[in-house]
Amino acid sequence: MAGTIETLVEAIVGMREKEALENAQALLDAGVDPLQLIEASRRAVEEIGERFEKGEYFLPELMLAGEMVKRISEMVKDRITSESPEKRLGKVVIGTVKGDIHDIGKNIVSFLLDANGFEVVDLGVDVPAERFVEAVRELEPQVVGMSCLLTLAYEPMKETVRALEEAGLRERVKIMIGGAATDDRIRAYTGADAWGKDAAAAVSLARGWVGG
Amino acid sequence: MVAEGRRELSADEKYEERFKAWMSPANVQFASAEAEKAYKERVQLIKDAVELKKPRRIPVCPNIGFFPANYAGITAQEAMYDYQKLGMAWKKYHEDFQPDCLASCLLATPGRVFDILDYRLYRWPGHGTPPNTPYQCVEGEYMLEDEYDALIRDPSAYWMRCYLPRVFGALEGWKNLAPLTDLVEMAFAGAFMVPIGMPEVQRSFEALLEAGRAAVEWIQAAGAIDAEVMGTYGVPSLIGGFSKAPFDTLGDTLRGTKGIMLDVYRRPGKLLKAMEKLVPIMVEMGVRTATMAGHPMVFIPLHKGADGFLSRNDFAKFYWPTLKEVLLGLTAEGLVPLVFVEGSYNQRLDFLADPDLPQGRIVWMFDQTDMVKVKEVLGGGACFAGNVPVALLKAGTPSEVHAYVRDLIEKVGQDGGFILTTGGVVDEAEPDNFRAMIEAGKEYGA
Repeated sequence: MAGTIETLVEAIVGMREKEALENAQALLDAGVDPLQLIEASRRAVEEIGERFEKGEYFLPELMLAGEMVKRISEMVKDRITSESPEKRLGKVVIGTVKGDIHDIGKNIVSFLLDANGFEVVDLGVDVPAERFVEAVRELEPQVVGMSCLLTLAYEPMKETVRALEEAGLRERVKIMIGGAATDDRIRAYTGADAWGKDAAAAVSLARGWVGG
Repeated sequence: MVAEGRRELSADEKYEERFKAWMSPANVQFASAEAEKAYKERVQLIKDAVELKKPRRIPVCPNIGFFPANYAGITAQEAMYDYQKLGMAWKKYHEDFQPDCLASCLLATPGRVFDILDYRLYRWPGHGTPPNTPYQCVEGEYMLEDEYDALIRDPSAYWMRCYLPRVFGALEGWKNLAPLTDLVEMAFAGAFMVPIGMPEVQRSFEALLEAGRAAVEWIQAAGAIDAEVMGTYGVPSLIGGFSKAPFDTLGDTLRGTKGIMLDVYRRPGKLLKAMEKLVPIMVEMGVRTATMAGHPMVFIPLHKGADGFLSRNDFAKFYWPTLKEVLLGLTAEGLVPLVFVEGSYNQRLDFLADPDLPQGRIVWMFDQTDMVKVKEVLGGGACFAGNVPVALLKAGTPSEVHAYVRDLIEKVGQDGGFILTTGGVVDEAEPDNFRAMIEAGKEYGA
């Protein structure tokens, strides 16, 4: 039984993976515009992000949502002929700072920012200050996000802010930091503009700055 | 069935025996009568806190990582490779700060052993991370999603033939080995030995022998440093053995965060079964390592069940039941689980107050959980410890640290059953702030 775009959104949001994927395939086979499936995924992830922010959804839900969306994109990939330029709220450059290779927190923040309409450029882990500087110069994001798990990443965060200052780019971006060992005191120490307690906070900060 | 002749000791009797052993450590030679007295007094402070009594003063036991290296001006890399520098730094830390517990230099771990084994699960200073960062785990799916049945059938064989060849480059050849349980008859034993003759397996055993020699070199040097520190400054170690919550055993370094979180939805039955299988293994690890150390405490760091990771429902279904079984298994042996509750547990503190857990036999160490709430929920039932933030120790001022400690002790430390510690593992701190924490702890905890 083929569902509708609405039932697809519900299945994704309801974490019914098998149903969601079957539904998506059936819609595609019935000749529904693949872009509508992409739009359905986007709407579902937005709702999932909201539930995460409200404390109703947690990591299993975010991870499963990511998997479902990835599979749906793979399904429609070959059928999309023209890229429809997506309207994005703004651009965020994000990375785990030098010396720190933890990426789970950063990935969750990227996922939620993306779900909330931001273009996210993820520089990965162990990112030296120069790479942040380069990315800001070339990509002109409105927001830079720095992640860390370790206390030893405080200095690299501070250095990155300083490097942006020295490159004359500091005024062009808002900088947010996050990670288990950060707090507002570390925000002040590093010279960042804001600190986020969790991934939901990162989204509100970015929204607040970009006016989405 | 009655055991042959000897009556099995009760959990409480075993507990007393273990504390007795800890009070008089076989491997420590005290430098003076004062040092020995200080050691015994400190053990008593901790014992009183565990038993929810009001100790003579609150023990100040910071949770230490690479801070002694930073403080003494050596790199993390040097601490992992140069045992002379390791000893200099760790002794200096105890000499200068006089904490109530040992910061064991064993936690710096032997870099050379991992070089030889090509440990791929971690990066460490000089081996994938800068010289001054601590070692870090490389997140990954080291156990594949379709391997649950193999793990459940025979965890040891799974570890040996699937997991170890992936996480140790030098042991890649072990994927060719047969399970040791093949060795039951002469007619089977010849075939079992054949893969061991393969060049890559031969090389793996050579590497293992070399790593073993390096490990002995390390334990002789580092063990002597710890023993000397304990004997000189009269500080007991807070950690004896170690164990883990089964969900973390699977989630941290086998399936990885993403893997295990997907398993919660995709294969909950197998996940639960695998964790059940790990319970006795985790209990045995805790009992054995603590017994070897002659120490009652078993350190258990908690990771993936914290607020924000799992819903309360999933915590109740997937995380807590097998952790609880591990805790019960350890306390039944007279051991004291020292549970490091990383992150925050504000939304699930009530689980920790489970009435099935024995009173006064567990220590919960908190990181970012609201300590006032902790006292409300756990006070009088279990000892709790916390939680001077590492961010404060790095970026605060001595007077702020002082004020934090005073406030904490006033709010939660007045009725006993409390140990002062840091929220996280300290790798880096301003020395003056660190000193302020120790001094304030001793001043207000009296």
